[in-house]
Amino acid sequence: MDIIITFIYYCLVAFVSAVLIYNFFKTKEWQKEVLTIIVVLPFLLRLFMLK
Amino acid sequence: MTPMIRKLVFGFAGLALLVFSGISFYQSRRLKEPVVVSDGVTQVVRLSKYFSGVEGTANDCNMYILEGKEPGATFCILGGTHPEEPAGRLAAWIFAENAVLQKGRLIVVLSANRSATTVTRVGGAYPPEFSIPTSWGEQGFRMGDRWSNPLDQWPDPEVYIHYPSGQYLAYVDVRNLNRCWPGRPNGTLTERTTYAFMEMIRKEKVDIVIDLHEAELQYPVISTIVSHEKAQDLAAIVSMTLTDMEGFKMGMEFSPKNLHGLSHREIGDFSDAAGLLFEAPEPFLDATRGKTNTEQLLTGKDDFVVRAGQHGLLFEKIDANGWPIDKRVGRHTSAVLQTMVSWTEMHPDKPMVCDSIPRYADVVARGLGQYLRNPALAKPGRIWYE
Repeated sequence: MDIIITFIYYCLVAFVSAVLIYNFFKTKEWQKEVLTIIVVLPFLLRLFMLK
Repeated sequence: MTPMIRKLVFGFAGLALLVFSGISFYQSRRLKEPVVVSDGVTQVVRLSKYFSGVEGTANDCNMYILEGKEPGATFCILGGTHPEEPAGRLAAWIFAENAVLQKGRLIVVLSANRSATTVTRVGGAYPPEFSIPTSWGEQGFRMGDRWSNPLDQWPDPEVYIHYPSGQYLAYVDVRNLNRCWPGRPNGTLTERTTYAFMEMIRKEKVDIVIDLHEAELQYPVISTIVSHEKAQDLAAIVSMTLTDMEGFKMGMEFSPKNLHGLSHREIGDFSDAAGLLFEAPEPFLDATRGKTNTEQLLTGKDDFVVRAGQHGLLFEKIDANGWPIDKRVGRHTSAVLQTMVSWTEMHPDKPMVCDSIPRYADVVARGLGQYLRNPALAKPGRIWYE
């Protein structure tokens, strides 16, 4: 069960990362671009199992 | 600047942050810590010897077993239950690298929650590593955290329900080794780790388990021994002797019967052993600290914590001299040695006699680094890695 839940959580992390990166390219405001970069970093670090 | 060029600049800046932080985290997680074992170490085994459920995991830690020339009691020292409390790990390190047993048996663990040694506090800006100066150079250690690495056990529940008591605890404590005793074989990694330790304690017929910790000065359980009722006489004598003879204050408290998951409660309740937990002061853990860096970690000097003391907010004294790591480690080595001495006086038929370990005054005078051995000079087969 733990393995399944962990797998689902990693899928969620991947999904949120993808949405954030999409928003980064979609937005026209530089403030939102900076915000998105800051927010996506911990998601990518977890997705790549670095932190 | 066009929007596309701006996005490229921000994107590369973010990528650079990701790469540099990722390299730092990766290297820290895999930093090898050498242990040059004492001539008294007769065996080094893995925790999975006692429960295969931790085999191949981050928590399949080394256990250093020392055997005396004569039989006697069996003690176990747990270092690294909370790796961000380094005096506990370092005091255990001194035993693994220096101790020679005359009577009895000693099992030393340096990374009880090895997974927690491979991560630092998320958002805490902890240093990834720290170094102890020695006569032959510097020895590096992983900083670690209070909780198992989320890369090894994740996600956390909304509320952590302790097994078997059913007590509700903070969600993050599902990864706290000292909230997961006595563990269970089909539980989380942290629960399986404590279960493996319980199996070791039962199979090796351990008499006393000593769990080495440090505490923030704003926490009332500090500079003390927390004892299961089975060892209350022993803890009281050790506390009085240390306070009288060693030059530092050491209190004694009873393990609360209704506070579950802690080593000093559950080891005593679920095995024939008695659990003792030693606390030393560590200003690095205080919420009111200033800079969170290695200097503060090792010197224990912090103006903000001193100011908190001036406002009566602390349970331990602190001044401009701080709480250096030598003092904190020396407290632990003296407390463990005194426990062995007092135990032997109370149980002459089951003695525990250990040589070659410095007491508080020696560690403070000579420095902790004098008791760490040079891996370059280790004999073949006498070096291990944490």
